[in-house]
Parts: sequence; C-alpha cells; structure tokens
Amino acid sequence: MVIKQIKKVSAILSALLAIQVHIRMPNSPLQPEASKPYFLYLLYAALAVFVVSYLLSFFVKPVDKKLESTGPLLAGGVLLLNIVNIVCSKLALLPVLFFPSLDRVFGVYVNDWELLLKCIGSSGKLLLIGFSIGAVIGFGTGILVGFNKKAAYWFNPFVKIIGPIPATSWSPLVLSLFATSYQAAVFMIALSVWFPITVMTSNGIANVQQTYFEVADTLGAGKFWKIFRVGIPAALPSVFLGFFYATTGSFVTLVTAEMFGCKLGIGWYLNWQKSMMLYANVYAGLILLAVLCNLIITLLFKVKDRLLNWQKGVIKW
Amino acid sequence: MVGHIKIDKVSKSFTNPDGSVVKALNEVELDIKPGSFVSLIGPSGCGKTTLLRAISGLALADGGDVYVDEEKVTAPGHERGFAFQQANLYPWLNIEKNIAFGLKARGIYKTHKEDVKEYIEMVGLKGFEKSYPHQLSGGMNQRASLARALVGHPKVLLLDEPLGALDAFTRMNMQDEIIRIWKEQQMTMVMVTHDVDEAVYMSDQVIIMTPRPAKIEQVIDIELGRPRARGNIDFIKYRTRILEILNYAGENHEPEYYL
Ligand SMILES: Nc1ncnc2c1ncn2[C@@H]1O[C@H](COP(=O)(O)OP(=O)(O)O)[C@@H](O)[C@H]1O
Ligand SMILES: [Mg+2]
Repeated sequence: MVIKQIKKVSAILSALLAIQVHIRMPNSPLQPEASKPYFLYLLYAALAVFVVSYLLSFFVKPVDKKLESTGPLLAGGVLLLNIVNIVCSKLALLPVLFFPSLDRVFGVYVNDWELLLKCIGSSGKLLLIGFSIGAVIGFGTGILVGFNKKAAYWFNPFVKIIGPIPATSWSPLVLSLFATSYQAAVFMIALSVWFPITVMTSNGIANVQQTYFEVADTLGAGKFWKIFRVGIPAALPSVFLGFFYATTGSFVTLVTAEMFGCKLGIGWYLNWQKSMMLYANVYAGLILLAVLCNLIITLLFKVKDRLLNWQKGVIKW
Repeated sequence: MVGHIKIDKVSKSFTNPDGSVVKALNEVELDIKPGSFVSLIGPSGCGKTTLLRAISGLALADGGDVYVDEEKVTAPGHERGFAFQQANLYPWLNIEKNIAFGLKARGIYKTHKEDVKEYIEMVGLKGFEKSYPHQLSGGMNQRASLARALVGHPKVLLLDEPLGALDAFTRMNMQDEIIRIWKEQQMTMVMVTHDVDEAVYMSDQVIIMTPRPAKIEQVIDIELGRPRARGNIDFIKYRTRILEILNYAGENHEPEYYL
C-alpha cells in the first residue's frame, strides 16, 4: 500500500526536485543564456499533468492503474533530464557548443515552431508518398512471388540482389537520373520499403499451412478466393512484420535522403542546423524525430491490433 | 439416394526424398453404397488417408479411377466434403464465418444464410458464433469444422480420424452427433478410425486395410440395429472378429489399433 503510494507520487516528487534545482542552482557563466527558462516551463507543465493525474486517480480506476505502473518511469525520465540539466547548464562539465542547455533546446520549439511545423509537413508528405508507392508495389510483388512459381523464379534473384543494398546508397546514381531531388528521395524511400514488404509477404504466403488451401478446395473455393481469402489473411502476421521493418527502415532513408537535396524536412533541418553549429536546434530536431517515429509505430501497432485481433501477441511495442 | 462411391483399381505411390518408392495403395477396389456409413480401419501407414484423399480429389491416383455417382473424380469439389483430423479452422475468422466460408466461396451465402444458423445449432455452438477458434476448446473446434464441411450439403463426407484428438467422453458424444447428422442428411460418410469400438458402433460396413502393399483385407457388414449399445454381446463379437483380422494381418504389430 505504501509502496503503491510512493510509486504514484514519485513523478511529482521528481518534478519538484528538478524545479528546485533549476531555480536555486545558478547557470554556469560558460553556457550562453537562453531568452527564457523554457526547461522550467516544461517542468511546470509536467508537474501540472502529474498532479492532475494523481488527483484523478482517486476517482478513475484506469488512471490509478496507469499511474502506478508508469509513475516510477516518468520519475526516472524527469530525473534524467534533471541530471542532464545539472551537467550541461549548471556546471557546464561538457563542451557547451555541443551540449547546450535544456532551456535553449526546448526554446527552439517556441522560437522556431513555424519552420519545424513546415518541416514535419514536408517530411510527412515525402514519407507518405514514398511509403505508399513502396508498400503497394512491395505487397504486389510479394503476392506474385508467393503464389506464382514462374514469377518467383524470375523475381527472386532480383529481390536478392537489389534488396539488401541500403536504399540510400543509390543516391549518387538516383540524384542524376531523376529530374528533381524530391523524386529521387521518393524513389529511395519506396525502394527501402519495397524490399522488406516483398520478402515478408512472399515468405508469409509460402509458409501458409497446406491444409488451409486443401480445406478451401474441398469447400468449393476457386483460385482467387484461395489467394485473397486464405493465402493473404494467413500471411498477414508476416506481412505486418514486413511493414514494421519497412517503417523503421523508411525513417533512416527519409532523414538521409532529405540531407541530400531537399529544401525542407526534418532531415534537412538537422543537416542545416548542424552546418550552422546550432546544436540546440539539432537536439530539438532529434527529439522531435524520436517522438514522431514512435507515434507512427504506435499507430502501426494499433492497426495491427485491429487487423490481427485473432492472433495473440506477436511482437509488442 | 446420392453418394455412390466406386473405387476402381486405384493405385498410388509416393517417392521419398531418398528415391525409394512407397506403394500407398495397390489396386484397391471398393463399392460404397449411397447413404451408407463406412469405416476404414487398419494399422497406421496402410494408406487410409491416401484412399480418402483419392476419393476427395485432393490427391489423384496414379492408376485406376474413383467415381462418385458415376462421375469421375478429377479435382476436389464441394460435393465431397472432408473433415480433417485437426479442425483446421481459419484462425482469422470467427466460428460463424468459418462455417459460412464454403457458401461464400461459391457465391450462394445470401440464399443460404439460414443454413449457417441451423448447422451452428446442430453442432451445439449457438452463442459462440462470434468467438475465434483459439478461444474455444478442441472439441468445439472439431464440431465447428464438421459444421463447415456439412453446411454445403455434400453428397459424401470423408472423415479422417475426426475424433482422434478428443477425450473419451467428448468423443462418444461426437459419435452420436455424427450418426444423428448422417441420418438426418442421408449422405454417404466414409470415416477413417483407429478405434475398433468406434467403427462397430457407427458403421454399416467396416473395411479393414492391410499395409505394404496396401490393399483391402476384408469388408465386414455390421448387422446391428440402431441405436447401438456398446456392451451388447453381438457388438463384442464384431469387435473380437475385427481385432482378430487386424492382429493376423499386421505381423509387425503396432499397438495403435487398440486405442
Ligand atoms: N505426401 C507423401 N509423400 C510421401 N509418402 C507419403 C505421402 N503421403 C503418404 N505417404 C506414405 O504412404 C503410406 C500411406 O500413408 P497414409 O495414407 O497417410 O496412411 P494412414 O492414413 O493409413 O496412416 C505411408 O507409408 C506414408 O509414409
Ligand atoms: Mg492417416
């Protein structure tokens, strides 16, 4: 009982500690001053959320459960930020050029939000176009290779040779082949998505239990019915894995591709800020990227839970 | 009545990966009367499944032909239903959709929706329509699989050790259930079993097969009224006789037939 209460209030205590440290300990004179104590604002916001959930937990059961399980984790996260803050801003133990104060890192979101939003939009669009093209073609080739022996014969060597090459290594060639660097970026993302989806789809289909098709045969199912109502649903867990690999791979390709020739996007932003030695902006961009990638993968797993609810826990996120 | 099966000198061989050839069926001849219930019994590996698959069209014979109602079997079809040893339900479909699968595949679901309901009730799965196979017991899945095979009104139902995976109690219940459905639907049923009691209890005819080269040893007509009692003296006589034939036929004694 006592332990449960400690777990529940731990996040609040950790936030209070961080706030006290930030207010009472002076910033190192080596560290350039931020325009406003943005990290402090973030801590206040976090504290407010923690306090509200703590109060809610007495009335709402799920909040109570959630707070008990995630409380220590949140407390740990805040503590980590607190330590980073002490090391970087308060004591300036690390080179201040590469390790800016948290006030400045979080300040980027306030001062640069318009550009960042544009970058998110641009990256999102590029990812969506590239991913969709790669996924559709990948799923199509996967089905073809999975069901058709002739197609497998001709496609497999192709897939084996092209597939494992990192998509971004095509950039020297692709940049000169396509009219715009944007098209080249779309191509590279599509390529990096195509491979895992093709492989996992065709593998999934090839590994479908033979008896599933035999059952369909004895029930009077035709060829197309067997492909679309037996083979593909049975292969879906494997197809999903392909989508998972494709998604994580597409992030890498996206960021790298944007560094080459794009005029906007998170990858471009990171590269540009780095070249101007604005490391606070680079960290802000990285944090943003991490949050967005996590969001997309969480979304992917939500879709999986809907689609594969007949299957119990494959990989958990 | 429909469901006449004629097996005319059917042979089937398999080539093992090492190149050796196994003769799974050797010129098997058999005539199964329409509307009868027939059991195939024999030591494992004697070709029972192969024979059943030849009738269904899942695996075609190398030599000889199978006819169902005078029509040569060249491919699997819905008029020859098949119940596998494992329920083999589609795990991504709920019970109702599994049972409706064949009707939907043939594009006749709209006019046969009531049948799906009827068969769900018949196999005692009312209330479990929306459950997924992994949520139900083995016995329930096996019953759903039977309903799936039956709902398309096949002329012939081929059952490959359909009750092998069930516990003794569920098994006896299912035997009665299958017999009830068989009587109601007036179809031909051919069932592979290892269980002599089960064969005598359910069948009009018990066909005893011997291995290597696989052929039919003897066909025994079970002339007992229905419903049957397992402890009855005539019942035990049939059982003893079948056991004797099996024992004599299978020199390389395999204990499975006493299961
Ligand atoms: N697909 C196959 N490939 C190779 N050998 C097979 C295959 N199917 C069956 N056999 C062989 O044919 C023989 C008969 O098998 P089967 O019909 O399954 O026997 P039963 O059902 O009576 O146990 C066995 O020796 C088995 O090993
Ligand atoms: Mg068998």
